[in-house]
Amino acid sequence: MAEIASDLSHLPAARPRSPKLSVRNLVKTRATAAGATITAVDRVSFDVAVGEFICLLGPSGCGKTSILNVLAGLDRPTSGEALIDGRPITGPGPDRAVLFQEPALFPWLSVLGNVELALRLVGVPEVERRGRAMAWLENVSMGRFASAQPHELSEGMRQRAALARALACEPDVLLADEPFGALDAQARELLQEELQRVWTEREAPMTLVFVTHNVREAALLADRIVVMSAAPGRLVEEQRMHAPRPRHLDDALVSRVVSDIHESLMQEVDKGVAREMGD
Amino acid sequence: MSRARWATRELGPPLAGVAGLIVVWAVVAALTTSRALPSPLDVWNALRHGVADGTISRAAGKTLIRLAFSFGVSILVGTALGAGLALNEFARRSIRPLVVALQIAPSIALLPLAIVWFGFTERSVVFVAIAGAFPSVTLATVASFRQVPPLLIRAGRTLGAHGWDLYRSVIFPAALPGYMGGLQQAWGFAWKALLAGELIVGTARATGLGQILARSQQDVPALLAALAVVVVIGVAVDYLVFGQLDRKIRGRRGLLLET
Repeated sequence: MAEIASDLSHLPAARPRSPKLSVRNLVKTRATAAGATITAVDRVSFDVAVGEFICLLGPSGCGKTSILNVLAGLDRPTSGEALIDGRPITGPGPDRAVLFQEPALFPWLSVLGNVELALRLVGVPEVERRGRAMAWLENVSMGRFASAQPHELSEGMRQRAALARALACEPDVLLADEPFGALDAQARELLQEELQRVWTEREAPMTLVFVTHNVREAALLADRIVVMSAAPGRLVEEQRMHAPRPRHLDDALVSRVVSDIHESLMQEVDKGVAREMGD
Repeated sequence: MSRARWATRELGPPLAGVAGLIVVWAVVAALTTSRALPSPLDVWNALRHGVADGTISRAAGKTLIRLAFSFGVSILVGTALGAGLALNEFARRSIRPLVVALQIAPSIALLPLAIVWFGFTERSVVFVAIAGAFPSVTLATVASFRQVPPLLIRAGRTLGAHGWDLYRSVIFPAALPGYMGGLQQAWGFAWKALLAGELIVGTARATGLGQILARSQQDVPALLAALAVVVVIGVAVDYLVFGQLDRKIRGRRGLLLET
């Protein structure tokens, strides 16, 4: 590896199609309460191109979230590396916005206050914050609820507000960790549509890494689906989605990919269950 | 809801309780006719007299100034120490148990030591009140910092908050409800310790409510009048200041159960 890296070092750093994000031989272990060490992610490598929308798909506990946390800079890899624009990721930053499983809105601030805080943290001057925050909220149909406190809203609306807050940072990369997993079916569909729309309508390319265990969601949203095995998480296959956007769950191409991947994913789940049963 | 209806709903039950107590008291006092239990009316007259000639109002003013000073110092010292303990694990593990010990000990037990150091002076009383109140502030500060949901800190960091900005924007506001609970508790401890100190340390020049209580054993209506003032001040600050602040802070965060 080191030799190859030094051989490449004479190349210009910014090649036109250099990946936005790279994960190289990433290993992530964690200690259990009992003191044992579990390998959550096992030598995973993949690249994400600038402006690409990828889904990390895999059964629960396959280490998808661990990978996302490393990309967010919230966790360090045990070994291997994670790069953004070819440079190692050393910490979190507003160039990589994160949508968590829970909305993670600040409960002491109104919806508008949450978006304004994000703008303040990226250095938007005070006089511009209100107007720009309102525009981001209008963009996800949350303008009417700008003055609501987060606890007054449904989970779907909260996640919508969290999306507005994440987009307000105008990030190069959006990292989403099963953000719609806790929503009811209708709210989930609306938010999937919304996310497709904001990603398609973006002015600057926004690279999106979306973690999910839901095959249909992955097929609906992604340019490319990266399927992971049951724990310890490894990459088992990749599937490119060429279906035109906006997509719908009943599009023929979407359903075909769903049934393909579903099969291999079920095999992975079976293997995981078999391992847990001690076979 | 209109203001009047809100006031009725909020204040009705506690006022009914007080009215009930006064009725029972009046009946018992009328039946016993002992000098040891004067009637509510006697006490009311003693209170009016004490306010008119300035003994009670001056004493209450003196006590409140001592209380404000002790409580203020407790907040400053308690918060600074608590923040230090929240930030440094070694300090927390070594010093927190000492603060817990001080919190558990009846603060009046420190008064003899305070008298050795400061004599029968106002300083001894204030010392005991501070020693009684600041541990609550410290422990609540430590606990409230450590109970900030990790998810909110992670969210703040991904939005670009770090260092002081992370504290100002995320950690302080997230810790506020728990911290306010500590202040409320500290207020109660400061009030108790201060009164106990005043009861024992009678200074001729600086009479407080505690000193009136201590010297009124021959004048039971005056004693009960002073006691009523003590109770009313304690409840009023607890309810009107801390109770309302707590409602506001928790209500905004959706932490109040609507009843």
